[in-house]
Amino acid sequence: MKQEYIISAYSENHIGLLNRITIIFTRRKVNIESITASVSAIEGISKLTIVVNDEKEKVVNITKQIEKQVEVLKAFYHTNDEMIFQEIALYKVPTQALMETNQLEKLIRQHNARILEITPEYTVIEKTGHKEETQELFNGLVEYGVLQFIRSGRVAITRSPIEKLSEFLKERDALLEKIESRGKLRSARK
Amino acid sequence: MTAKEKETRKSKQQDVEITGSEAVIRSLIEEGTEIIFGYPGGAIMPVYDALYDYRNVLRHILTRHEQGAVHAAQGYARATGKTGVCLVTSGPGATNLITGIADAMIDSTPLVCITGQVASHLLGSDAFQESDVIGISMPVTKWNFQITSAEEIPSTIAKAFYIAASGRPGPVLIDITKDAQFGRLKYKYAKCHKIRSYIPEFPVNKEKLSQAAELINNAKKPFLIFGQGVILSGAEMELQHFIEKTGIPAAWTLLGLSGLITDHPLNVGMLGMHGNYGPNIKTNECDLLIAVGMRFDDRVTGNLNTYAKQAKIIHIEIDPAEINKIIKADVALLGDAKRILRLLRLLVGKKKHTAWLKEFKQAHEVEMKKVIKSDLNPANPGLSMAEIVNKVADLTHNTAVVVSDVGQNQMAAARYSKFTSSRSHITSGGLGTMGFGLPAAMGAKFGNKDREVVLFVGDGGMQMTIQELGTIAQENLPVKIVIMNNRFLGMVRQWQELFFEKRYSFTEIFSPDFVKVADAYGIPGQLVKEREKLEEALQTMLDAKGPYLLEIMVEKEDNIFPMVPSGASVSDILLCADDVK
Repeated sequence: MKQEYIISAYSENHIGLLNRITIIFTRRKVNIESITASVSAIEGISKLTIVVNDEKEKVVNITKQIEKQVEVLKAFYHTNDEMIFQEIALYKVPTQALMETNQLEKLIRQHNARILEITPEYTVIEKTGHKEETQELFNGLVEYGVLQFIRSGRVAITRSPIEKLSEFLKERDALLEKIESRGKLRSARK
Repeated sequence: MTAKEKETRKSKQQDVEITGSEAVIRSLIEEGTEIIFGYPGGAIMPVYDALYDYRNVLRHILTRHEQGAVHAAQGYARATGKTGVCLVTSGPGATNLITGIADAMIDSTPLVCITGQVASHLLGSDAFQESDVIGISMPVTKWNFQITSAEEIPSTIAKAFYIAASGRPGPVLIDITKDAQFGRLKYKYAKCHKIRSYIPEFPVNKEKLSQAAELINNAKKPFLIFGQGVILSGAEMELQHFIEKTGIPAAWTLLGLSGLITDHPLNVGMLGMHGNYGPNIKTNECDLLIAVGMRFDDRVTGNLNTYAKQAKIIHIEIDPAEINKIIKADVALLGDAKRILRLLRLLVGKKKHTAWLKEFKQAHEVEMKKVIKSDLNPANPGLSMAEIVNKVADLTHNTAVVVSDVGQNQMAAARYSKFTSSRSHITSGGLGTMGFGLPAAMGAKFGNKDREVVLFVGDGGMQMTIQELGTIAQENLPVKIVIMNNRFLGMVRQWQELFFEKRYSFTEIFSPDFVKVADAYGIPGQLVKEREKLEEALQTMLDAKGPYLLEIMVEKEDNIFPMVPSGASVSDILLCADDVK
């Protein structure tokens, strides 16, 4: 059964890595619904948040292929209810519409949106929320004439208390040390 | 001594400023590289110039096409276990590598490919011979990197060799801009043993190890199948000791060939589409399937819905992404095959599975009667590929490195060669690259001076990379080339016969007089058409001190059997054309 999954990948911040990751989706003909690249709580490590709508098996496979990339430290996949997530949307409407009726103001209040800028010609409104919520505000604004609309990619955080990666980073450091000393030993023998 | 040579001599000392180009060569030497396969061109000329000073330390083989260079590097890597290296220019030089890199990726072959690139200020300007080789090679490399300044060269090359050979091996590509080659740096080399984001090999999970041992100890009809992972991890002895202790029959995949001696009493043959009868049908009769260093390729499994459903599955594999990718494992053992087999052997009981092994023998007798006998003693006057391969095996006492191309020649070579040592079978498995054979045989020979290297190739594949005869001639390289000419693209024709109502759509192929072509290169050869002359001709070929080309006309419309038709179950393996419904 297809459903929405959030894939998070922790990686080095290297040129081309994003391309390496997106072609994993392209090759399997899986559409990326949204993608966000950002810093993580761990210094020097980037975090990619990718939203897809597909079957679990495929998502598991893709997550493994992402983690297989040399410059990716770890990749996880989650269902929506396992994460807290947000998107941000910006709407530009004609200021005249705001002046002519108080309906628009009501709408903004109802949706907990806020106004970022007002000029004589246009007003920019911002709303954060899930896609359905930002979409709902868009639907409400349509009759007043939306001049521009944009929605960001998703940002998401797990419900567990710490960055999931840090759980296993220590373990990993010990493992890497072992690998390194084994490697040095091997090349010394040669 | 010229001024330039003086400068080079001085720079060979440590910590002196040298050019990026010289750093490339010295880094390769630091990594133990003895031979590189390549082709010069504009954007890599500085490196070639530096190479000139080191030509006595680092051997360079000028191939006739970059595809030849990369396949030769693959052949060398597969035959020796070392990392293959190729060096080419930007643009077309780099794009010509792609087929070989894709081949190395799917067959887990360690390669370091170095490509020249236009100067960094020209990147993205559609400069002469500029191509986005980083972008193009991304899906088919384990890792790639573009160097734009000389200082990055030693550490990047160190990283490249580490990534290529560690964990599940694979090809890496380094693209070096021309200004980085000309630039200067304080040279210092340190080998790479660790990358923070990369864990090549996970520690063995002890709990799963004992779960696996328990399954093995309780199995009545256990069956071990292994792939190239056994060879890549050097686990040949561990495998042999493991099966000898447990009495478990073992079958190899196409790339697992030579990982165990052919005549070992527990070696029951080859899996897959044209594998042996027993291993295929017994896959669906065993109660435990132990897969070692293999990835359940569709040519091995046939229809997945009917594959080994009755069996518990243990999967021993180094690449986490292969676990549960195709077949869900009851126990997945992540790690190096050598280490796991060694540990597992300590936990399993000594056993003999006499009755079960006998079932394989009976299946072999069926195959012998219905397939092998007539393959080796054909009723037709035309020669069969099987009898040629078999004769070569006899005459070389099963000691040759066997290289094959792709198609019927490949399957005949795999089915009828016999192996007495590892790394003796080189072929393009996953990608099925026609034209792989001749350059790969060159690479194998460069890595095996003291062993006979015999190539089996069809008339189609031979013409895909025939230009490499030039390289062989220039190097006087004693590769023994056996062209099995059926005047068809044989495997495609076989499918057309069996599944496309004999509609031979564009599979009849004209070939030049191969012996004359060889002669034009100064390579001796002869043409054989009759069975009576086969042995003598093969002996002449094997006795030749240098290269030799033997063209053998074979039966025009022979088929390779057994065969698991595409999408069929391994139980429904066909033994002859009459079995096709």
